Amino acid sequence: MLQILHKTNIDFMGWKNVSFAVSAVMIALGLFALVQVGRGKANLGIDFVGGTTVQLSFKDRLPIDEARAVLDKAGFQGSTLQEFTEGNKILIRLREHEGVADKVVALFRQAFPGRPFEVDSTTEIGPTIGSDLQWDALRAIIFSIIAIIIYIAFRFEFKFGVAAAVATVHDVCAVLAVFYLMNKEINLLIVTALLTLAGYSLTDTVVVFDRIRENLKRAKREPLPQLVNASINEVLSRTIITSLTVVLVLVPLVMFGGEVLHDFSLALLFGVIVGTYSSIFVASPLLVAWHVRTGGQLIRKK
Amino acid sequence: MKTSIQWRLGLILLSVVVALALFLPSTPAGDRLPEWWKGNVSKIALGLDLRGGSHLVMQVETDKAVEASLDNIAADLQTTAASQKLEGVTFARSGQTIVAKFPEAMEDQVADFVKKTYAVLEYKSRAKGEMTYAPKAQWANGIKEDSVRQAKERTERRINKFGVAEPNVYKQGVDQLVIQLPGIKNPQEAISFIKTAGRLEFKLVDTESDLGKALAGKVPEGREILYGEGVGESGKINRQPYLLYSQTLLTGDRLKEAKVGIDEYGKPSVSITFDADGAKIFERITGENVGRQLAIVLDGVVHSAPRIKDRISGGSAQITGNFTHDEAARLAIVLRESLPAPMKIVQNVTIGPSLGQDSINKGVHAALVGGLVVVVFMVVYYGLSGLIADYAIVLNLVLLLGAMAVLNATLTLPGIAGIILTIGMGVDSNVLMFERIREEIRAGKPPRPAVDSGYDKAFLTILDSHVTTLITAAMLFMFGTGPIKGFAVSLSLGIIINLYSALVGTKVIFDIINTKWKLEKLSI
Repeated sequence: MLQILHKTNIDFMGWKNVSFAVSAVMIALGLFALVQVGRGKANLGIDFVGGTTVQLSFKDRLPIDEARAVLDKAGFQGSTLQEFTEGNKILIRLREHEGVADKVVALFRQAFPGRPFEVDSTTEIGPTIGSDLQWDALRAIIFSIIAIIIYIAFRFEFKFGVAAAVATVHDVCAVLAVFYLMNKEINLLIVTALLTLAGYSLTDTVVVFDRIRENLKRAKREPLPQLVNASINEVLSRTIITSLTVVLVLVPLVMFGGEVLHDFSLALLFGVIVGTYSSIFVASPLLVAWHVRTGGQLIRKK
Repeated sequence: MKTSIQWRLGLILLSVVVALALFLPSTPAGDRLPEWWKGNVSKIALGLDLRGGSHLVMQVETDKAVEASLDNIAADLQTTAASQKLEGVTFARSGQTIVAKFPEAMEDQVADFVKKTYAVLEYKSRAKGEMTYAPKAQWANGIKEDSVRQAKERTERRINKFGVAEPNVYKQGVDQLVIQLPGIKNPQEAISFIKTAGRLEFKLVDTESDLGKALAGKVPEGREILYGEGVGESGKINRQPYLLYSQTLLTGDRLKEAKVGIDEYGKPSVSITFDADGAKIFERITGENVGRQLAIVLDGVVHSAPRIKDRISGGSAQITGNFTHDEAARLAIVLRESLPAPMKIVQNVTIGPSLGQDSINKGVHAALVGGLVVVVFMVVYYGLSGLIADYAIVLNLVLLLGAMAVLNATLTLPGIAGIILTIGMGVDSNVLMFERIREEIRAGKPPRPAVDSGYDKAFLTILDSHVTTLITAAMLFMFGTGPIKGFAVSLSLGIIINLYSALVGTKVIFDIINTKWKLEKLSI
C-alpha cells in the first residue's frame, strides 16, 4: 500500500498564531486589491471597464517595439501591448471602444505589408456593459458566500458555516491579492475562477469538518484543541490527495491550455493550494478559537 | 450474482449506451455514422470562441422611438387643432415632452382639447401661454418594448438575408439585443449590413425655398439638408442634396408591407401598406400636400422622393418612377427592413476561425496530458482499486458528454476547462472512499465489510463537498454570460455525474469482485 503520509501527529493548533497572522495579511491584501479593483486602479480587463482588444497572429515574429511605434504614431493613446511568443501573437489593448478594432487591423496591414498576419480575435466593449458585468460578478460572489454559509450551517452548525465562509473569503482574497501583486489582468474569466475555487476549496474544509463532527460525537470528553488536531491528522492524506489530483490536471492546463485559459487555470491552481492550506490552518483553528473564547457548546446535536 | 448487482450493472450499461448514442454524432467520427443515427440526435454545439464568429450586443435606443412617436402625435395635434378652429395654437415636441403654445386666454380650451384628443398625454407643467405634456409611462414603455421587439424581428430578417448559418438573436435585459453569428468569415460586412438597417422616416421636400442658398449655409428655419445616394451609370457615387422640412411626418414603424409591383404602364413600382393609424396619417399627409414631394429617408439618407399625385386613403400606396426592377427591389428592402429605433453596438467580440481550432487542439492536448497523469497516479497509489477509479473517470466523461448532447449544451473554451476540472474533481469521491476503506482495513475489517462501511461513511462527506461546488456553479450559471455559462454548465453536470458514477458506478464493481471472489486482501 503506497502512502504519501503515514500516521501523522502534527500539532497544527500550535501553529495557530502564525497561521492566523499569515491569513490576516492575505485577507487584508485581498481586500486592498478589491478596493483597488473598485476604484479602477487595478489591471482590469476590458470586459469590466470597456475598450478594445485586438489579437494578431503573425507569420513571422513582429518586434513589439515596432508595433508600439506604429500605434503611437497613429495616435492611439494609452494602448498596451502584450506578446505571446508561441505563435508570434500580439495582443493590443485600447481604451476606445467604437470601431477601433477595424482601424487597428487596417493600420497594421498598411504599416507592415511584408508581414502577413491573421486576426485571431477582436473585442470591443462599451463602458455600460462593463459596469453591468462588474455588478453581476459582485452579486454572484456575495450570493455564493451567503448560500455556502446557509448550506454548511444547515448540514453542520452555524459556527461551522461561518468558519467555512471565512476560509472561503480567505481563499478568494489570497488569489485576488496574488493576481493584483503580479499585475495580472483581472477579467470576467478570473472572476469565474475565483467563484469556482470558492466552491471547490470548500471540499477540503468539508472533509475536515466532517471528521471533527464525527469525533465530537464519539469522544465527548476530549479537549477541543486536541480533538480538532487529531481530526486534521486523521484526514490529512486525503485532504492532500484530493487537492493533488486537481493540481495534476491544472498544471497541464496552465502549460498547454493556450493563452486564453492560462491565467484562468493559474488562478484555480493557486486557489486549490490555498484552499487546502485554509481548511487546515484557517477553518479548523477558527472553530477552536471561537469555542474557547465564547465558552459555548460547539455541537449541540446528538 | 445478486439481483441488486444485476440491476445496477444494467443501469450503468444503459446510461453508457444512451450517452454514447447521444454524443458520438458530435465527435469527428460522427460523419461516418448512419443517417438514422446522426440525423435524429442533437449535437453538442460549439461556442463562438471555439468555432469562430461574432458575438454582438446592440443597445436599442428606445428613447428615439418614443421621440418619433411623440413627433407623430404633435403633428396630428397640430392638424386636428386647425380643423377644430383653434387659432394660434402650436404643438411641438421638446425632448420627451410635447409643448403647446397658445394665446393666454385659450388655456382651458387647449387643455380640454389635448385631453380629449390624446389620452396618453399627461399634463406636466405650465408657464405663461405654454403647457408641457409628457406621455404616460405605461404608454412610453409600450413603445420601447415594441421598438425592441421590432428591432429583434428585423435584425433576424436582415441576418437571414445576409446568409449566416445558424444565427442567434435574443433579447438581453430591457433594451439590448444579443446577436450571435457563428463561423462568420466577414464579420465587419455583416455588422454594417445589420447596422445600415435603421430609421425610416417620411419627410416633405421643400421645393419653394432656394436649395442653392441653403447649401451655402442659409438653411431656413425648420428645414434641413439631407442627401440621396445613388450609383450613377459610370459607377460614380452621386450625392444629391434635398432640402427637407425637419419634421418627421411618419415613421417606418407604421409600415406594414412593402413590395415590388408593376404600375399601370407595366413599369416596376413599389407598393406600400400602412397599419390603421399609419393609413390615417398618410391620408392626411397626402391630402394636404398633393403635388409636393415626400422624401423617404433611411438613417438620414434620402432613398426616394416620389411626388404625391393624389390623396391616398386606405393605407395602400404605390411609388412609381423611373425604376429598374433592381432599384425598385432595393427600395422595397429599404422600406421593409427599416428599424424603428436605431441601435448601437456596445459589445463586439469576434473570434477568427484559426484561433478557435487552435483553442480546441490545446484544450484536448491539456485534457489528455492531465487525464493520463491522474489515471497513472491512481493506479500507482491505490493499486488495482485505482483501476476502478480510472473506470469512474471514463464513465464520468462519457456520461458528461452524453448529458451535454441531450441538453443541447454549448461547448465553450472555459467549458473545456470545466470538463478537465471535473476529471480532477471526479476522482475526489473515489479518493475519499478509498481512504475510508483503508481506514476500515487498518481497523481490522475484512475486505467486504470494509468496502461497505467505507462507502457508507464517506457518503455524506462526498455529498456535502459536491453540493458546495454545485452552489457556486449555479451562481455562475445565473449571472454568467456566453463562455462563462458554458463553463457553469459543464461544471454542474460534471459534479452531478461524479456523484452518480462514484456512488453507483464504482460500488457495483467492488460488489461484483466481492461476490465472485472471496477476497482475503484488497489491493487499495
